[in-house]
Amino acid sequence: MKKLALILVLLCWGFLAFAAADFPRLGDPNSPASTHLSPYFIEKAYEDTATPNIVTAVLADYRSYDTMFETTVVFAAGVACFLLLRFYHFSEPPSHLYRHKPSGTVIQVPRGYRLKGEHTELEPIDRDWAPKDPIVEVASRILIPFIQIFALYVVVHGHHSPGGGFQGGVILGASLVLLAISRDLRTAQATLGESKNSILSALGVLIYVGVGAVTLALGSNFLDYAALAGLMGVDQVIARNLGILFVEVGVAVAVMATMFLIYRNVASAGALDEGL
Amino acid sequence: MVVELDMVILTLVMICAVGAIWVKDLLGAAILFGAYSFMLCLLWAIMGAVDVAFTEASVGAGVSTVFMVAAVFRTSRRTKD
Amino acid sequence: MDDLLSKIAGGYNYIAYITIMMIGLYAVIAKRNLVKKIIGMSIFQTAIILFYISIGAKKGATIPILMHDHGPEAAEHAIKAADYINPLPHVLMLTAIVVAVATLGVALSLAVKVYQRYGTLEEPEIQDQINKS
Repeated sequence: MKKLALILVLLCWGFLAFAAADFPRLGDPNSPASTHLSPYFIEKAYEDTATPNIVTAVLADYRSYDTMFETTVVFAAGVACFLLLRFYHFSEPPSHLYRHKPSGTVIQVPRGYRLKGEHTELEPIDRDWAPKDPIVEVASRILIPFIQIFALYVVVHGHHSPGGGFQGGVILGASLVLLAISRDLRTAQATLGESKNSILSALGVLIYVGVGAVTLALGSNFLDYAALAGLMGVDQVIARNLGILFVEVGVAVAVMATMFLIYRNVASAGALDEGL
Repeated sequence: MVVELDMVILTLVMICAVGAIWVKDLLGAAILFGAYSFMLCLLWAIMGAVDVAFTEASVGAGVSTVFMVAAVFRTSRRTKD
Repeated sequence: MDDLLSKIAGGYNYIAYITIMMIGLYAVIAKRNLVKKIIGMSIFQTAIILFYISIGAKKGATIPILMHDHGPEAAEHAIKAADYINPLPHVLMLTAIVVAVATLGVALSLAVKVYQRYGTLEEPEIQDQINKS
C-alpha cells in the first residue's frame, strides 16, 4: 500500500513538474494573472471607496457577495461541530469532585450526597489530576485585555493597515480560547455562555446579510453600499467606506463566536465540562 | 523579494511538512504543523502578501494548532505510523 | 532536453510547491491514522494557497496598501498598477485560510466522534470492528 502510494505520488509529481515548466517566473510583472483584472482594482480602489488597503476594498466591496458566503461557510462549520459533538448529561456522575482553593486539596463526594451550605472556597472540578498554575493564570489575566483591544484595533483599522474582520475575529476568539485554557472552560462559560455564543455566531452573518438587505430596500443592488449615502448623509465614496466597516464588524463577530464554538466542543468532546 | 531567503524558508517548510507526517507522536505532529504554518506565514510576508501572512499567523499558527492539540487531548496520542 | 531542464530549474518555487502538495497527498493516501490524514489534507490545502499567492507576486512592487496624501498634493500621486502587488489572489486566499480552519474543526470533530465510538484512530482497527459487528 505504501509503495503503491509512493509510486502514485511520484508519478503525479512528475506530471505536475512537467506542466509547471511553462508557468510564468516568480515575480513576473507581465504574468496573465496580473494583467487583466487587477490593474483596475489597484487604480480605482481608492477613488471608488477611499480605502488605501486594496485587499480590504476588494474583499468587502467588489467581492462582497463572495465574502458573505465565506462567512456563512464558517458559521455552518461551527453549527456542524456543535451538532456532531454536543451531548447533554441526563444522569448524575458516580461522584463529584471539589477542590479547596487555598490548599489545593481535592474532596470527593459520592453520588447521592451533597455539600451542606455555601462554600466559596470550594470549586467543582471534573478530574482530580487537573493541574492549577497561578503563574499561567495571572499572566493570562493581564494579557487577555490587551489582546482584545488589539483585536478591535485590527478590525476597525483594516482600511489603512493589514487586518480586517477575519483576522480581528480570529484574534478575539483566540483571547477567549486563552481564557479557557489558562483557567478552565467553566470560567469561559461564565464569560460567554453557550446560547449567547451561538446567537453571536448567527448575529454576525445577520449583520452582513442585513447590510445587503438595507441596500436592496433602498432600491439599489444587493450589497451596493453607495445606496447608504442618502441614509447616512454622506457622499457615495464615504458611504462605501463605511459599508465596508459594517460588514467587517459582522464578519468579526461571526468568526469570533464560531472559533470559540468549535474550540469548546472539540476541547471538551461535547460535554462542556472543564475542557483542556 | 529576496530569492535566497525564499529558498531557505521553502526548504524549512518542506522539512516541517515531512516532520509533521513522520513523527509517531500526534502531539509532536500538531506542534510541527504549527511550525509549518508559521514558516508559511514568513514566506507570504516575503512575497508581500501582508494580509494573508497576518491571517496565517493568527489562524494557522494560533487557532488551528490549539484545535489540533485539543483533538489529540480528547483522543489518543500514540499512532502506529 | 537541456532547455526543459533549465525551464524547470527556473521555476524552482513551483517545484517546491508541488513537492509540498505531494507530501500532503502521500499522507492522505498512505497514513493509517485519522489525525495524520487531516494534517496531510491541511498541508495539501496550504500548498495550493502558496501557489496562488506566488502568482500575484511582482518584482519591484510594494505591498498592496496605497501610499496616499490628503489635501492638494493628493492629485500628484498617480497610482500605477505596476507599483503594487496583485491584490486579487490575496483576497481569494485570505478567506480560504479562514474557511480551512473552520473545516479543520469539523474534521477534528469527526475524528473525536470516531474515537468515542470505536476507541481508536487507526483505520485497520476501525475496519476490523466494523467487519466483526
